[in-house]
Amino acid sequence: MTALARWIAGHRSAAREAVRRLAYAPLNASLAILAMAVSLALPAIGQMLLGNALGLAEQVAPTLEISLFLSPDAGRPAAEQVRRRLGAHPGIKGIRFLPREETLARMKGAAGLGEVIDALPRNPFPDAFTVRPADTAPAAMDALAAELRRLPQVEHVQLDSAWTRRLDALLRLGRLGILLLAGLLGLGVVAIAFSTARLQVSTRTAEIELSRLLGATDAFVRRPFLWAGALQGLLAGLAALAVVAAVTFWLRGPLAEAASLYGLEWQLRGPAAGDAATVLTAAAALGWLGTALSLRRFLANT
Amino acid sequence: MIEFRRVGKRYPGGGNDAVADLEFRIDRGDLVVVGGHSGAGKSTLLKMIPAIERPTVGAVLVEGQNVGALRPSALPFLRRNIGLVFQDQKLLFDRNAFENVMLPLAIAGFPHREAGRRVFAALDKVGLGDRERAMPSALSGGEQQRLAIARAVVHRPALLLADEPTAHLDPETAAAVGGIFLDFHRVGVTVLVATYDRSLFPGARRLDLDHGRLRG
Ligand SMILES: Nc1ncnc2c1ncn2[C@@H]1O[C@H](COP(=O)(O)OP(=O)(O)O)[C@@H](O)[C@H]1O
Ligand SMILES: [Mg+2]
Repeated sequence: MTALARWIAGHRSAAREAVRRLAYAPLNASLAILAMAVSLALPAIGQMLLGNALGLAEQVAPTLEISLFLSPDAGRPAAEQVRRRLGAHPGIKGIRFLPREETLARMKGAAGLGEVIDALPRNPFPDAFTVRPADTAPAAMDALAAELRRLPQVEHVQLDSAWTRRLDALLRLGRLGILLLAGLLGLGVVAIAFSTARLQVSTRTAEIELSRLLGATDAFVRRPFLWAGALQGLLAGLAALAVVAAVTFWLRGPLAEAASLYGLEWQLRGPAAGDAATVLTAAAALGWLGTALSLRRFLANT
Repeated sequence: MIEFRRVGKRYPGGGNDAVADLEFRIDRGDLVVVGGHSGAGKSTLLKMIPAIERPTVGAVLVEGQNVGALRPSALPFLRRNIGLVFQDQKLLFDRNAFENVMLPLAIAGFPHREAGRRVFAALDKVGLGDRERAMPSALSGGEQQRLAIARAVVHRPALLLADEPTAHLDPETAAAVGGIFLDFHRVGVTVLVATYDRSLFPGARRLDLDHGRLRG
């Protein structure tokens, strides 16, 4: 038997043993998993809501666009040329063209302005574009605006960066809050895994002692506990994701209805695949960590 | 294979020496009965071979290795080559017969399937071939003792140590269990048995203890 084959066989039997132990005390295991799942669900829900808030903000905020005004005597061919350059720009997600005639008509329709505008010798409004940047971070938007200002025939570039900065600050605050929450509750998961492992060790002292008498290494004794800890974490992660999915399901209808009252077509989305994978990985890792700390503390004493 | 060199052992807090001045050799393939009254030091003698207890003075050599001086990390490799039948059996009562016997193979890192074959072979050998799913609490005293023996031999150790394996058994069952040890001795396993009942092991070499000292 090679060392690798032995190592794999060892982990397979430890994993099998871990499953056996969880199944042997299903109530204890379920309670620990439930407690861990609650701790994991809160930051996961927060992350899900934050992701949705970002999507919503992009819809609500027209200011995540940049407006370009051409010089009034640029002419249509020049406008067409600008449009091509904007269309080819990788940092730009979408373009809308506002012909000067349309602006004139809209302004005439606005209360009280009709006569004033009629009195003018010619159309005072320029052709304009609104551009949706791919990256809406304030710094990226500033950089893009500066670049657009240098385009020929572009006379004025407008970007309400105060609004995007405010939004960005809020999102950052939200992320920090979730991170703090995740850290705090992650500590809770570690604590639960710690005490679960302690209980496991105390109910298995005879077995641990016997294993050592029969030539078990420390690693052999630890392995099933660690597998059980990681497995419990993983199951808790799955349960937490189920909770998030349920919350998404229940909130989706009412929130979409509320959004439609504001004229928004918006739906709550479940957690992104990446976020779900993070929850599962973190859950398993925290379960493992709590168990490892517990074994360090209590295994030596048996 | 085993050598005791002027070995003495005093337990912490124990007033007298549990054993003293033990000096003997055991060769490969020997069958040895360790006799003596209760408290004579039989268990202590046996426990020093796999370094479950360490001598206070002298040295215990197994295959030339001073086992009393081994680092804790070296102990597993010593113990995996020894089969142990404990005085209190140490069966796991939340596991069935098969799983109890599986433990030494899991410890040695055997692949599951190969291990399973060996477990059945060991259970067969002690006459428990059809009881692999039985929980120890459902077994009779004699069956429990045979289960403990199956666990001690499943990894085919060259050395088998048994501490009063026939105590609490009726004479007939005791004879059957004794016979199992004779079988292992016959195929070349070195066997040390602590027992009052040396009539079960005819032809065995005797180490008789009296208050911790070898007699005769
Ligand atoms: N763990 C221990 N702590 C203190 N004294 C012990 C311990 N184990 C055995 N002894 C003492 O050592 C002596 C020999 O015990 P033991 O080897 O168990 O004898 P036997 O197996 O022949 O009955 C006895 O006096 C016993 O009381
Ligand atoms: Mg004894």
